[in-house]
Order: sequence, then structure tokens, then C-alpha cells
Amino acid sequence: MAFNSPPVLTAWASIVGPREGDGPWGHDFDWIMEDYLFGEQTWEKAESKMLRETVKHAISKRNFEPADVELLVAGDLLNQLVSSNFAARELSIPFLGLYGACSTMAESLIVSSMLMDGGFFAKTVAAACSHHYTAERQFRFPTEQGVQKAPSSQWTATAAGAVLLESIGVGPRITAATIGKVVDMGQKDASDMGSAMAPAAADTIKTHFQDLNLPTDYYDLVVTGDLGKVGMALAQQLFVRDGLTPQPNYSDCGVLLFDESQEVFSGGSGCGCSACVLCGPLLKKMLAGDFKRLLFVATGALMSPTSSFQGESIPGIAHAVAIEN
Amino acid sequence: MTAPDPKQLKKIAIEEYETLVQRVKPKPPVLKNSFWAFVVGGLICMLAQAIQNYLMARGMAKTDASSSTSVIMIFLGALFTGIGIYNELGKIAGAGSIVPITGFSNAIVASAMEFKREGYIFGVGARIFSVAGPTLVFGFVISVLIGVIKVFIST
Repeated sequence: MAFNSPPVLTAWASIVGPREGDGPWGHDFDWIMEDYLFGEQTWEKAESKMLRETVKHAISKRNFEPADVELLVAGDLLNQLVSSNFAARELSIPFLGLYGACSTMAESLIVSSMLMDGGFFAKTVAAACSHHYTAERQFRFPTEQGVQKAPSSQWTATAAGAVLLESIGVGPRITAATIGKVVDMGQKDASDMGSAMAPAAADTIKTHFQDLNLPTDYYDLVVTGDLGKVGMALAQQLFVRDGLTPQPNYSDCGVLLFDESQEVFSGGSGCGCSACVLCGPLLKKMLAGDFKRLLFVATGALMSPTSSFQGESIPGIAHAVAIEN
Repeated sequence: MTAPDPKQLKKIAIEEYETLVQRVKPKPPVLKNSFWAFVVGGLICMLAQAIQNYLMARGMAKTDASSSTSVIMIFLGALFTGIGIYNELGKIAGAGSIVPITGFSNAIVASAMEFKREGYIFGVGARIFSVAGPTLVFGFVISVLIGVIKVFIST
């Protein structure tokens, strides 16, 4: 879908954990937390505070108050969306909670953009967050347990990102978007989400180019959310299979967020991974004019520990958002 | 000629994708992992043996010394989990640090630490065996079975 009156990204903010701050893009985030508790008693409270502070920070960049914002669209990985709900409790902005696993950032951008293009709102915030330790304890093992990770596993990023969208303003615009289908290629390995999500990403990207009838080198950068090294390699193979030529200039937020030496195996993951890379380095580079057209494709693995234990495969989803200067 | 069955086509696509995944996916370094599992697991067992020998040298009977050694090793596993060393060890050693009794202790203490924030009853109390539970359940089942077999053999 293409937007008639493209919403403008007038401000954005990102908060990341210490480990993400040590990564190659440490300078491009607004706020690097000193520890994973962020001055709170529990990791869940810390995650909620991260989202709240990121939203506040993005709004304050335009000298607005939270009360000036008409709608907050946000999501996270936790059961019943507690981080987002509790953040919205403090902010008291009208709120829509979304769950798209790690694809939430693109989903929140799309929902906000559609509501704005439809004329319902003029100022909205789209946001997403994740926390390594809350995700670990919900999806995997207790954090102090000595377990060995597979080389295809990924490190859930501790990060949050928020974008302030306005119907009139100066900045990059959201010109088009593609809502993805749930694609399941029968992958079952919960320590290899990249392989589960890559087909969804490839499908959405292909559909996006077909729908809008664009040449595949139209974008200066096509970036997927959190496929990691394994998923990224697979996605590139799928581009070849689908005949996407010339190959789009392609990368992945999960691969970008961390250094080789940071022991994150295949790369970063989580809603916060794509959210902070978008709201940190990517939009900063767009503002500086390093690239003009960006296709942001956040990817999600739609599984729960229960579905995995019951032998279900892992369906993937991907949503694409085109951001142009 | 009939049209191809969409289910069949989907199945072929899934198989093709699986082949691709297997080609791209990095293999775990089995040799390196086995080596470290052997070294760390071996060292834990050597330590336990040294403790047992020491206790026996101080005049303890063999069965008493074995029980005391288990208790000490469980304590050490819990201690090193508490100060955050055991999970680092587990990253390198894998099964080498999971299989010994210290690994069992690690699984229980890690769960207890993890759920302390939900309170002592619904957190620690309810979740402490969330990882180690299966070991206990099947341990009990097997011990009952062995007991039954023993009754039959001895009569």
C-alpha cells in the first residue's frame, strides 16, 4: 500500500543496554543504560521503564508533552504485553498494544501511518522494546543456569526505540508499506529463529517490489529486523530463487547491532533490536543524507514455549515499511 | 494430466527449504565441545574424588564419605551458581557441567534465583523445580521400578 499523505518521522529516540552500547553503533543511540535493571527492582520493570523513557525522550525532542500526543502504538515480547501496558499507564496517552513478536516496530509504524493517512490522528508515537533477561526467562532457561547455546541461536537485544510521527513536518516520510503473510516452512528449532523467519522476510520483500512495481535496486538499503547471520544468508539465497535482480543492497539489524567478538552467536534479536537500529544509526544516517530510501522489514518468529513443546513448527512474519527522504 | 496437489507442492517447498537451511546453518563444534565437556566434567569428578579420599583418610566409612561428598558437591554447585560462575562454566563445558551432581544443584538454584522476585511462595516455592523437576520425577519412577525388579529377583 502507498500513502496519499505520507506521515513524517519528526523525532525518534532509542535506549539500549550496556552490551548493545558496546557494539559498533554505540555512539548513535540516545541513551546507554549502565546496567540491566535501569534503577528498578526487576527486569520487567526495567523493560517498561525503557519503553516509557524512550517515548518521552522522542516526544521531548520536539518540545511536546506526552499529553500533546494523540495515540501511542507499541508492543513488546512479554506475555500480555506487560511492558507496553505499564509504560502506557504512566504516560497516559491513548494506547493500542500490538504483538508481532520481533516484527512489532514495523507493525506499529504501519498501524500509526494508516491511522494518520486516514485522517484520524495528526501526532502519534510508534514504539517497541525488548529486554534480554525478561525474554530469556519467558522463552528459555533461568539466566544463571549453565547451558550451552547453539551457534545459530541469537541474543535478544535489550533495547527500545520510539518514533514520533506527525502529519505535517520536516523529516523522512513513510511512503509505502507492505503487511506480510504468516509463512511457515516447517522449521522447528527454537534455537534457530533466523531460518524460521527468512522465508517470511523474502516473501514480504518480493511482494513489496511487485505491488509497487519498483525495480529491486530502488532502495539504497533494504534492512531486515533480526534474521541474524544464518537467516541473512538464507534470505539472500531466497532473493536469488525469487529472481530479485539486481540484488537489493541488503543487511540485517541483528547482524549490525553487535560485533563479531561479542559472543552473540548468530546475532541480535527481539523487538528492540530492529527498533533501536532504526531509531539510532539508520534514521541518523538518513537525516545526514547518507541514504535517501530505506526499506525497513522487521521480522518476527511467532512461537511460544508452549507451542514449541507441543511440537508446532515456528511460523514467521515480516512487515515492510518504506522510509524516504 | 491433473493439476498438481497444492499440499504436495508445499511439502516439496518445505523439503527444499530444509536442504537449504542444513547447508547454510553452522554446525556446532562437536569436537571442541566434547573436549571441554571431558576436561571440565573430569575435573569436577576429580575434585569430588579428592574430597571423598580426604574424608576416608580422616577415618570416615566409605558410604558415609560418599554421602558427605555429594552434599559438599551440591553445596559447591549452589555456591558457584549464586556468585555467577557456574553459568559461565556451562557455556564452555555444556554437558560436562550439567551431568555431574553440581549441574543438578545449578538447575535448582538458578530457578530459585530467577523466580525470587515473584515472592517466596508463588515464585521460589512454585518454580524451584521447573528445570530439575523432570530429573526428580523420572528418578523416582526408575527407583520404584528397580525396587520392584529387586523384589522379584530376590523371591
